[in-house]
Amino acid sequence: MKVLEEKHKLATRWFHWINFPILSVMIFSGLLIYWAYDPYRIGAGNVTFFHFFPKWFYDLTGAAQQLALGMALHFVFAWIFAINGLAYVLYTLISGEWRALAPDRNSFREAAQVAMHDVGFPVPLPPQGRYNAAQRITYSAIVLMGGLSLLTGLAVYKPAQLHWLTAALGGYEWARWEHFWLTMGYVGFFLIHIAQVARAGWANFRAMVCGYDLKEIEMNAKVTHGD
Amino acid sequence: MAIKAKSAKSPLTPEQELARRSRRSFLALGAGTVGAVAGAAWIHSQMGADDIPPSLRAVLGLNERVVRTTLYSDKHLVRTYPASAVGRIKVNGEIGMDEPIDAASWCLDLAPLGTPARQLTIADIQSLPRYEEIIDFKCVEGWSTVTQFAGARLSDFTAKFAPGSEKAAYVAMRTPTKDYYVGVDMPSALHPQSLLAYEMNGKPLEDRHGAPLRLVMPVKYGIKNIKRIGRIEYTNARPADYWAEQGYDYYSGL
Repeated sequence: MKVLEEKHKLATRWFHWINFPILSVMIFSGLLIYWAYDPYRIGAGNVTFFHFFPKWFYDLTGAAQQLALGMALHFVFAWIFAINGLAYVLYTLISGEWRALAPDRNSFREAAQVAMHDVGFPVPLPPQGRYNAAQRITYSAIVLMGGLSLLTGLAVYKPAQLHWLTAALGGYEWARWEHFWLTMGYVGFFLIHIAQVARAGWANFRAMVCGYDLKEIEMNAKVTHGD
Repeated sequence: MAIKAKSAKSPLTPEQELARRSRRSFLALGAGTVGAVAGAAWIHSQMGADDIPPSLRAVLGLNERVVRTTLYSDKHLVRTYPASAVGRIKVNGEIGMDEPIDAASWCLDLAPLGTPARQLTIADIQSLPRYEEIIDFKCVEGWSTVTQFAGARLSDFTAKFAPGSEKAAYVAMRTPTKDYYVGVDMPSALHPQSLLAYEMNGKPLEDRHGAPLRLVMPVKYGIKNIKRIGRIEYTNARPADYWAEQGYDYYSGL
């Protein structure tokens, strides 16, 4: 028979679905700001393999000549991003939910198995709780990155008043570089996340919205337990 | 078992219960999405030709209050650098400097708070203690260049030529042609590293960098660091500000 199983807490779902549009606004307004001074690239010496960003990308996104709007959006929505993120971390710590999320000493070995399995190697999946080892590592890293984005962002925003923070992050230029690559990390995470969610199927997605899924339980086991 | 499972909490089967929860949650997600899109459309509808929406401007005002009451201190000095770190600063912005300036005939209009206006010469400003700093000059665009400046502290200038004007809320400055103008909150103006500069990188200030006198405030983005000052006024009313009118944060503090 089937029973309802709670997959995600109400609070977790709210934090997640609020964060998605807010982080999108932060990334897009960040792009508007970055356009005004866009020095980063992948390359060595005089050879540039990829410049962030090519003209076609700015044309596609309409990011050119929008610095003032970008800064305003960024410094308005940063509040919501920070408050939602801090509330999530506090909730996770206080409720004990962090135990389902934080990686343990087996996670890195198991995550390698999960990754091998996911790309098609005949490796059995290790036993897992709510999240598998790869998810534990990735989701914890994303939360950590959120905190770092906040710190590097503040270091770029107020390098004079928060000079100690800017200095601790390597200075103004480095803090901006770190802030940029953290954002690239979110974009990379997002692409993989979407692919994995699509693969996991509808029931998994529905559980992130409504919190529940059906679970098949063994009748005999249930009866035995009941006795 | 089946009877127990149905009767314990809910008259619904697990499938029905899931469908009910799912329907409710997706409706909430849909309502949230509609609300977010409506909010974005509302903000977008306030966009002016130049300025940002007033709703965003209001939060920038909140940010300014938070920074001014909790973070800002005139004891927070920006980092200074050795002479070897000085880079090549580019000329970025020539508004109000279309015509070449006649340095010999230049004079500064000064309007203190509550006392009569007067005119000063470059010699008056150079009579104040000369202060030198090598700081990272930061453009609102995101780049920065380590640059050496020398001049008089705006706090010394105020104390000598406009005593009592420290009580004003703002300093307003503009170019002789009135094409470029800035408003600066008084605490930032009186910061010990805020200079009326007449030298840059060891030489008299060049014309295109704002000769004969420019503002250098390392606690503000370059947009506030007006070149070729023609008039300084102390005022309690928030002065007009060129780039704030183009949608930038009025405070623009670092």
